Amino acid sequence: MALAFMPKPIRELPWLTLGLVIAIVAFDVLVLYSAAGGKLTWALPQAVRFVVFLGMAIALSWVRMEWVKQAAFPAYVLTLLLLIFVEALGFVGGGAQRWLNLGVINLQPSELMKPVIILATAHFYALLPAREIRGWSALWPAGVLIGIPAALILVQPDLGTATVVTLGGISVMFLAGVPLRIFLGGRAAMSVVGPIAFSFLHDYQQQRVLIFMDPEADPLGAGYHITQSKIAIGSGGLTGNGYLQGTQSHFAFLPEPHTDFIFATMAEEWGLMGGLFLIGSFLLIMRWGMRVAGDSRDRFSRLVAGGLTMTIFFYVAINLMMVMGLAPVVGVPLPLFSYGGSAMMTVMICLGILMAIERQNRADTRRG
Amino acid sequence: MKLWKGRRAPLVTEATQAATFSRRTFVLGAAQAGVATLLAGRMGYIAIAENQRYRDMAEENRVQMRLIPPRRGWIVDRYGNPIAINRGDVRIDIIPDLLPDVGAERERILRELTQLLELPPEEVQRIREDIVRSSGYQPVAVAEHVPPDKYFAVSVRQPELPGVAPLRAFTRYYPEGAAVGHLVGYVGVPNREEYETENRNPLLITPGFKVGKQGLEQTLEQRLRGRPGAARVEVTARGRLVRELQTLPDVRGAPLKTTIDAGLQSYAARRAGEQSAAVVVLDVTNGDILCMASMPCYDPNSFSDGISHSEWDMMAQDERHPMINKVLQGLYPPGSTCKPMNALALLEAGVDPDERVVCAHSYPVGNHIFHCDTTHGPIAMKDAVSRSCDIYFYHMCRRVGVRAIAPMMRHMGYGERFDLPFASQRYGTVPDPAWLQRREHRAWQEYDMINMSIGQGYVLVNPLQQAMQVARIASGRMLHPRLLADQPVNMGEPLPISPEHLAFIRSAMEATVNGNGTARGAKLPIDNVLMGGKTGTAQVRRITMGERAGGVRSNESLAWRMRDHSHFVAFAPTDRPRYACAALVEHGGFGAQAAAPLVRDVMTYLFDKDRAMAALLPLEQQWGGSIAQRMERRAQEWASRAPGTNPQVHI
Repeated sequence: MALAFMPKPIRELPWLTLGLVIAIVAFDVLVLYSAAGGKLTWALPQAVRFVVFLGMAIALSWVRMEWVKQAAFPAYVLTLLLLIFVEALGFVGGGAQRWLNLGVINLQPSELMKPVIILATAHFYALLPAREIRGWSALWPAGVLIGIPAALILVQPDLGTATVVTLGGISVMFLAGVPLRIFLGGRAAMSVVGPIAFSFLHDYQQQRVLIFMDPEADPLGAGYHITQSKIAIGSGGLTGNGYLQGTQSHFAFLPEPHTDFIFATMAEEWGLMGGLFLIGSFLLIMRWGMRVAGDSRDRFSRLVAGGLTMTIFFYVAINLMMVMGLAPVVGVPLPLFSYGGSAMMTVMICLGILMAIERQNRADTRRG
Repeated sequence: MKLWKGRRAPLVTEATQAATFSRRTFVLGAAQAGVATLLAGRMGYIAIAENQRYRDMAEENRVQMRLIPPRRGWIVDRYGNPIAINRGDVRIDIIPDLLPDVGAERERILRELTQLLELPPEEVQRIREDIVRSSGYQPVAVAEHVPPDKYFAVSVRQPELPGVAPLRAFTRYYPEGAAVGHLVGYVGVPNREEYETENRNPLLITPGFKVGKQGLEQTLEQRLRGRPGAARVEVTARGRLVRELQTLPDVRGAPLKTTIDAGLQSYAARRAGEQSAAVVVLDVTNGDILCMASMPCYDPNSFSDGISHSEWDMMAQDERHPMINKVLQGLYPPGSTCKPMNALALLEAGVDPDERVVCAHSYPVGNHIFHCDTTHGPIAMKDAVSRSCDIYFYHMCRRVGVRAIAPMMRHMGYGERFDLPFASQRYGTVPDPAWLQRREHRAWQEYDMINMSIGQGYVLVNPLQQAMQVARIASGRMLHPRLLADQPVNMGEPLPISPEHLAFIRSAMEATVNGNGTARGAKLPIDNVLMGGKTGTAQVRRITMGERAGGVRSNESLAWRMRDHSHFVAFAPTDRPRYACAALVEHGGFGAQAAAPLVRDVMTYLFDKDRAMAALLPLEQQWGGSIAQRMERRAQEWASRAPGTNPQVHI
């Protein structure tokens, strides 16, 4: 093996997965270069950020899960406080605010909440005695853990992030063994609560949901995003229009061509082949994550690995369904691919922790 | 606490929990794979199955058409001579998208253009507003009809003037100018109403595009317009021009051939001089309108560019009504020009043409006394026509009654609606007892018949109808006028009148000009060509008993607008009628005084151009030059009287 001469700690990194991640980001840099009209405006910062976050993720992979477990609740409380803080800032500043300017990076506490909610919920279920899992006490604390941040994020308003946080937490509950009936009942409850919740949404959010039902009813108005995105993807065909040849993105017909709708920007120039490459890569990363979850011995790590993988999955799935017109426009970026630091940081934290769990699994295996 | 009491819950241990975990991990993994497959399938569907549709939509997004105004079809006369053509023109546009983004740079370019083209401040203001309103890649007109030196000055500086586009284009040109104004109308920038009527056709807001506003240009707009060309351009979502893809040339509108004789039309307009006049010439053999001139008239060339307020005011305040096409929109009492056909009506009603009526200057009816111009003594029909005796017609028409007269007038085209391509025409009145009852709610009286017998009172006609009257008498058929060469000739049925009677009337008209009649001065100066005619002097004011007692005032002593209208109708040659002509000179005095010489010269033109021109040139010198020169002088005088030039108005 080519890596044989490398030091063991380096050699032991999941290079196949990291290779996929690096390939995705390298592809991303190409696409961002084109999206900026052949300029490095977005590509360069994205590349630099990735190198930094990759280093951070590798560093995270040496963190022992025991420490992570200890940090889970404090991190949860801290992130929650940050959420409340930006909420208050926004309230004082008179307008929606989602981020804190930390100088180097605009930190979105809601982004941070995505991995943190997994840690907190997983820690809760790890603490819960096995026989309690069918009881009421297995439900309400998790409900509170997930509900408070989800509600805070929803009122920001950020429907996309709230959805990912909620679904991430529910995934951990599912993996923890909460009876299936709860989820089925929950689904039924959602169909009752859904319409009521819908009425609490902001006008523009309501409209996005309605437009999603029939985007072409209003192609120049609120349906513009979905229609233009589908035009970009659809006109790409099998192999795309060629690198730097996309007109939808370059002539600004496609909104947000470098952030939420970057997949459409990519698809216009690279076609179905580029799309299959991305979907395939993400699927392989998620398969690795689920295998890491399956291989781990302790309950906390298992739940964390599964939950984090599902978080990445929800990111990818919601974004792609959105750009392909299968879900309303909710503002979820495509992890690793959309321009921006917060989402990349979240995903790299997820990957870092997953690598830490894998490292621990390997150590457990060696120990027998 | 248990959630579901009474049900046997299996004991959950760490081991079973681990098993549940792997089972559920598998489920989630499968779900992920499922969603991934769904997404791949969805993308494949959009990108492969619906590829063409979205490709087209992307194309629609990206490619816009920039319209190129079409060249209008020519309007030509019966011999193919141009009446309205397109002249190559140099215009300068600004394409806002290609202007620099920096405000100071834009200002410099505008400043330089203002200097180079000597633009007035209000034009600069308009250009600024147009740039703001423009959609970016649509050009904004800076100047039209740019003279070559200025065009050159802009062209050589083009590298320093990004966004400025000197362009060769076409504008409408009417070689005969004002002489054909009322006939062809003019073109102008479409107004909002026209734009809305055509369902916001984008062509109408394309710079340089103009639509017909009057006359043939207006009524035959769609036929003359042609098909616009288009430049396909690639644009961004914000309308920024990326590049031109290809250009589709415009298709010129089909040429429109009229029955007009441009030379004759021009001659008639020039011969009208400073008078307020209308001249119609018809070809008796087919109804072709050879000339329909109404003077004075605006110059359609300057109207097409938009004229100044000052010019507009001048036109609006001119009592000779240069904005009205008198041939079709002017209604006048025909006066004695209706006598030939009244005489026809008498003949048809059985009046013996040799029967004499004694004209003793006055003719009492009831407690009112009607007059003749002079004392003709005992007079028979032929002389009554040629010497225009009113009392003969008072007497005879009273005898046969309105039921004999009114139908004859209608047969001859009075009150008839001729189908001509003009938006606004007035058709006049042939009064009869039923009409009077409807209109004035009173019974028909003797004096109504008296008035009608000499073409006064309620009788109103336009000059075209007067020409049709002669054309029908000359041809003996219910002839119809024709202006467009591609329309069928309509000779109509033979008139239900005995040919002998028609011949008698024609000979009476011949005598008017060539015998002892009122129009002896209008004899054609051409060997072997005799003209038949009839004068008409239509009163526009009421002559009171008191004035009559003290002597009727001469026209010269009256204000211009109180003077009589001068009419003359004629046909020639008398042996084989070919042309019919009617002329009206508003407030021109006696028919023989103004209208008859005008008709004489116009008729002369048809048989001997050189002789006619020889008669015209000294007159034009006397009047002060050509139509264009006189109009120019008038405009200058007007402008000097009303100082302060106003911005252009587009009409």
